[in-house]
Amino acid sequence: MIKLEHVHKTFAEHKALVDISTEFPEHKTTVILGPSGSGKSTLLRSLNLLERPESGTYQLDDLTINYAEPISTATTLDVRRRTGMVFQGFNLFPHLTVLQNLIEGPVHVLKHDKAAATKEAQELLAKVGLADKADVYPNQLSGGQAQRVAIARSLAMHPDYIFLDEPTSALDPELELEVLKVLLKIARDQQSMIIVTHNMAFAQKVADKILFVEDGQIQFDGSSQDFFNTDNARIKAFVSAMTFATLD
Amino acid sequence: MNIWHIIVSSAPQLLAAGIKYTIPIAIVSFAIGLILALVTALIRISKQRGAFNILRWIASFYVWLFRSTPLLVQLFIVYFGLPYLKIKGIFPKGIQLDPVVAGIITFSLNTGAYCAETIRGAIESIPRGQWEAASSIGMTRTLALRRIIIPQAVRVSLPPLANSFISLVKDTSLAASITIVEMFEVSQQIAAANYQPLVMYCEVAAFYAVACTLLAWLQKYLEKVTSRYVSPMN
Repeated sequence: MIKLEHVHKTFAEHKALVDISTEFPEHKTTVILGPSGSGKSTLLRSLNLLERPESGTYQLDDLTINYAEPISTATTLDVRRRTGMVFQGFNLFPHLTVLQNLIEGPVHVLKHDKAAATKEAQELLAKVGLADKADVYPNQLSGGQAQRVAIARSLAMHPDYIFLDEPTSALDPELELEVLKVLLKIARDQQSMIIVTHNMAFAQKVADKILFVEDGQIQFDGSSQDFFNTDNARIKAFVSAMTFATLD
Repeated sequence: MNIWHIIVSSAPQLLAAGIKYTIPIAIVSFAIGLILALVTALIRISKQRGAFNILRWIASFYVWLFRSTPLLVQLFIVYFGLPYLKIKGIFPKGIQLDPVVAGIITFSLNTGAYCAETIRGAIESIPRGQWEAASSIGMTRTLALRRIIIPQAVRVSLPPLANSFISLVKDTSLAASITIVEMFEVSQQIAAANYQPLVMYCEVAAFYAVACTLLAWLQKYLEKVTSRYVSPMN
């Protein structure tokens, strides 16, 4: 389980995260919602240590990190090897083929046997529906395909948790659907996931737990059912606006 | 004397000087320069603090020094100047260098300073997302540099590095000033004997042009190879 306690993060004068305390359960999907600039991505990136909050504690299973203290390289690598990250802009390695993208981490970071890593990578590509794209370069993929490769690359590292930062916001609706189907499949496999998204329908379908973040603070922390049935006027307005935006 | 006869009769001597001095000096100097450039660039982009700041300052000073002074002056300092640098117990008679060694040292240092900036710029041009993606799969900074960043930076830096190499090939003609009997020096000697400076200097210019054209073709080929993942159809 991931647990955050009293986490604060500022960018210059802007308070990005204010006293964040929450938990992200194992083998469940947590969705982080909120308006643009509310601190959702900062929160997610803090879990992968791509951002360093100024204070608070971060517990990742048996590992506890005090953000206020210097974090060693070994600890940072440990966190990143236990977690996977999928970015909005895919960030595939353009000089490597799809298959090479998938085996890069297992072979060069985890020191797995190349043949075994290749076999597993091919299975993962089949899982995300891209078995025929193993030998092409990322520039030959559509956005939806690229994001599915990024998800498969993350799965190839066998992370305890996968963090997805607006994985479909750069995609048109048709391509978005391809990615969402893959994520639903992964969620059904009980992979622990934390997803930042603006897609309300997807959030409702995939989330076991929802965090609603606004102005760097958690405004809602509970089940998906409670979130979508809440009487909270602000949340209702947000869901309504986002649903309209999705339909639009 | 017939111009063609002058050209044909002097060509073997020019070619021999090119093979013996111009090409080896250019290749060896560029190879050493590239290593120097990579080390310098990595020091300059390093995020290490503490004692590393001194290394970063030295690297910056080196780049500044060799980019701010003329190559010919650098050659003169190394070949004619260092013999006067007498240090008791270490170099009591000054630093006397063979002209070829002096040439290679100077050309390497000079090209290293220019290429260091090219490589630094190329590394810094790789999007931050590539660093983040590499670190998100648990890569150390060194591994990310080696496996992800530098291979992409090679493609970006290839045209300017090839430019530097082509410039270096031409700059080796300055080695004539420190007594190296390279191609240009040979053309001067022949011109002094046959009183045909226009023909001789045009001929040696043609030799340099041919060498540089071949290098430009090589550059195009290497660009094509390293850019295969950029083209939509590969």
